[in-house]
Amino acid sequence: MRAKRPDLPGTGTARLAPDMAEAMEARSHAPRAPGAYLALTRDRARTFGGRALIFVLTLGAAMLCALPFILLSGANLAVTAEAFFNGALGSKFAVAETLVQMIPLLIAGLAVAISFHGGLFNIGVEGQLIFGGLVAGVIGAEVNAPPLVLTALCLLGGIAGGAFAALIPALLKAYRGVHEVVTTIMINFIAISVALYAVSPAGPFVSATQPSATEKIPREARLSMIWDGTRLHFGLIIALLTVIGIWWLLYRTPLGFRIRLLGANPGAARASGVSVPRITIATLLISGGLGGLAGAVQVLGVYGRFFDAFSAGYGYDAIAVALLAALSPIAMIISAFFFAMLDSGAVQMQAVAGISREMVGVVSGLVVAFVAIQPAILHLWARLRQKTAQRRDRNITSGDPA
Amino acid sequence: MSAPSVHKAAAIRLTGIDKRFGAVHANRAIDLSVAPGSIHGLLGENGAGKSTLMKILFGMIHADEGRVEIDGTPVAFRSSAEALSAGIGMVQQHFSLIPAFSVVENLIMGRARGSVLSRLTRKLDLKAAAERAQELSDRFGFGIDPLAKVATLSVGARQKVEILKALWGGARTLVLDEPTAALSPPEADELYAVLHRLRSEGTTIVLISHKMPEIMHLCDRVTVLRDGAVVGEAELAGQALDEPAVRQPIEAALVNMMIGRDKPELPERAPLEGPVILDIRGLTDGTRLGPIDLKVHGGEIVAVVGVEGNGQSELVELLMGLRKARDGMIGIDNHNVVDWPTQRRLDAGLAHISEDRHATGVADTMSLIDNASIGFVDGAPFSGSPLSLSQKQRRIFTEVLIEQHKVRTPSPDLPMASLSGGNQQKLVVGRELARAPRLMIAAQPTRGLDIGSTVAVQDALLRLRAEGNAVLLLSLDLNEVFAIADRLVVLRKGRIVGTMQSADFDIDQIGRWMSGAVEHVATKPEETDPQTLEAAS
Ligand SMILES: Nc1ncnc2c1ncn2[C@@H]1O[C@H](COP(=O)(O)OP(=O)(O)OP(=O)(O)O)[C@@H](O)[C@H]1O
Ligand SMILES: [Mg+2]
Repeated sequence: MRAKRPDLPGTGTARLAPDMAEAMEARSHAPRAPGAYLALTRDRARTFGGRALIFVLTLGAAMLCALPFILLSGANLAVTAEAFFNGALGSKFAVAETLVQMIPLLIAGLAVAISFHGGLFNIGVEGQLIFGGLVAGVIGAEVNAPPLVLTALCLLGGIAGGAFAALIPALLKAYRGVHEVVTTIMINFIAISVALYAVSPAGPFVSATQPSATEKIPREARLSMIWDGTRLHFGLIIALLTVIGIWWLLYRTPLGFRIRLLGANPGAARASGVSVPRITIATLLISGGLGGLAGAVQVLGVYGRFFDAFSAGYGYDAIAVALLAALSPIAMIISAFFFAMLDSGAVQMQAVAGISREMVGVVSGLVVAFVAIQPAILHLWARLRQKTAQRRDRNITSGDPA
Repeated sequence: MSAPSVHKAAAIRLTGIDKRFGAVHANRAIDLSVAPGSIHGLLGENGAGKSTLMKILFGMIHADEGRVEIDGTPVAFRSSAEALSAGIGMVQQHFSLIPAFSVVENLIMGRARGSVLSRLTRKLDLKAAAERAQELSDRFGFGIDPLAKVATLSVGARQKVEILKALWGGARTLVLDEPTAALSPPEADELYAVLHRLRSEGTTIVLISHKMPEIMHLCDRVTVLRDGAVVGEAELAGQALDEPAVRQPIEAALVNMMIGRDKPELPERAPLEGPVILDIRGLTDGTRLGPIDLKVHGGEIVAVVGVEGNGQSELVELLMGLRKARDGMIGIDNHNVVDWPTQRRLDAGLAHISEDRHATGVADTMSLIDNASIGFVDGAPFSGSPLSLSQKQRRIFTEVLIEQHKVRTPSPDLPMASLSGGNQQKLVVGRELARAPRLMIAAQPTRGLDIGSTVAVQDALLRLRAEGNAVLLLSLDLNEVFAIADRLVVLRKGRIVGTMQSADFDIDQIGRWMSGAVEHVATKPEETDPQTLEAAS
């Protein structure tokens, strides 16, 4: 932090013209017309409505395109749908399992979203998640500390591990302009290999009793269960708090503003004094840290130890989660829940209706595709409406009511 | 030849065009008819709806209501591609070229005809296209190399490429949206010659412009829009516009129609004495600029003029800290800021109205509130701590800016892209003025502004000066320089080749300096003793 010495110029505080400050002061005390509030509310409702519509349209289109594959695998649609809903929401246990699935997707989705906000494509969330999980698992197994302290250490270690995995891509991007897509994907492979090695028979952290895993974390140091008789753990609260934190970071802090400005127009960011390398590094480290947190929460909440295949590709699904939510942290709760439903419903679908679990991958791929072509869809939509309007006009002018 | 007759089929006839964007009624039942082979002017304040109307004609946006007829036949373009194939070309207010591509690649982009299969399999005949581009360029005297990369071209050359692009498909109707806003006077003159030639070849032209002399010089007829509605028309062809007695009343009447009052006048100004605020010594970036010496005092507006590409952008970037200085110092209020990062310079009292708004001034997709906050997110005004940035204060700030600078928008929550070009500029100027700058770097501050707003911005710069601050004005418009600057320096090949006080402004001498005709005679300020310079000012 720069010291604040208002009498010297250039000391870390933006200048504001005194008459501007006065005008703002006057305005903040002036009563507001109720009409203005009404207009604001209406605008917000409209924006919200528009976003919701896009969300539903994108999902609907992806599901529709997945339909032929389901039919091709020879399933009965009604049975499939029923199995799916039973699996995802059918019972207390099913709902809890869906929520358990949602936790890593949500945190990892935030990791992807914050990098996208900064105009950076962190494709390495999977690697950061694995690395974070490994660090958390190792700390939990090897460090002696009182339970809650150990939990905190594991979570912080996870965040640090994820951030560490993002560090090299961040530095390369900031100072050498190396594209982060390439480097983060490469780090994915490294992270996976390191994790495999760490718990391989010759690895330093492998458990004495269980191959491919670390020793167990003491039960008291794991995340506590928050719903009796289910596997739902405290990670849900952590995930929701993270949502609020990231929303606040993005929209209510100077750092978040700089991240968004950098993403929206790097030229304007630079010209207004944003240090592009610094914000690039910060963004990627936060993103990596979130990825690591997702891994640590999964290790601490679900398995109680790290094992080499603990991630079911959450870091990749997170890309679809973030895109479907249009990068909005709040909307991500819904999109993560949706993908979690797919995941947990798919198990039942496979068991009852004989549909492969890989269907989830198909749908999430389709979602990414449809988000990518959203502008084209919106254009088509506008054209369709235009056509209808023209037809209506013609009918009116020719006096022929349709 | 160009006298329009109501009986002849109009080249363009718009009837009852109506368009709303949410709460904004951008076009209200507009009727417009343009005679074939004429130049038709479209005038109006920023946000009056000119660009919207022309984009509707061009099929880029769709009217809510109304009809479009071309040469007497009704049309309903679904896209600009259809408008192009119907012989309408449009040059947008903002550049639409891809800098990394060559001129000819830009020209043929999106022009493929035929089925998808044939488009995919046919060989791209760049050579023939380049020949054709050369031919077109020669015919209009553009002097453009079709194989040059757009990124290497000057703004003026890019504008010509935009026009080539609009004419490429053999357009018989050409719409130009503020084509000279970014051009220097000589470049604009070249463009006028081209437009005259096009008209004599029978092309119909619609010209949107805020520059009255240009309208008077070119147009056969003008239509004035206000608040989205037509408020008047005037016939200019056949008038003796060279006579001030004839021209002035017409001009005054048009201005009155546009803004509902007479053209506002700038206040008288007297020389002011102030301490040195900007003190540049031996500054160079090692390549394109300098070394130069320049002092700007408080209460002084110094204009930097010169042909584009002679070091102006480099000077601004050096001052802003966006480009590394090889040597020399930049003093602001007695602090040598040459090693300071941009942020610190801003905090120390620098402000910058950027020449290229879209590249460095605004973020199109962010809201007006966010755009107004650019450069304001540090410390007191909006951020008590690194953990908070007040949304409420930012909103109030934006609302005050919108009100003070008459930015036309229904809500500060809308994205920047929804504002008309001039209104974006007003918001940027307002934001930079709100920094209470000690030194304002104003690069083309009135670009794209209507007559009223231009005077308002010039007046605001004069007020800054009256309060004892310094202004460095970079302008292509010598009229603007003469109107508000106290002194000008001419930049050529990165050096200051001449300097002149406002009392001695002499357009011919400036022209000679700019073109390098008298380089050997010009004083070289970097060799003069700074003391004498001060004594002179
Ligand atoms: N896409 C859009 N969304 C919302 N509002 C829009 C959009 N495009 C234009 N507007 C609004 O419509 C009005 C007319 O805009 P237009 O661009 O046609 O003005 P203009 O006459 O070309 O002004 P200028 O001289 O500044 O270019 C403005 O108030 C603008 O804010
Ligand atoms: Mg416009």
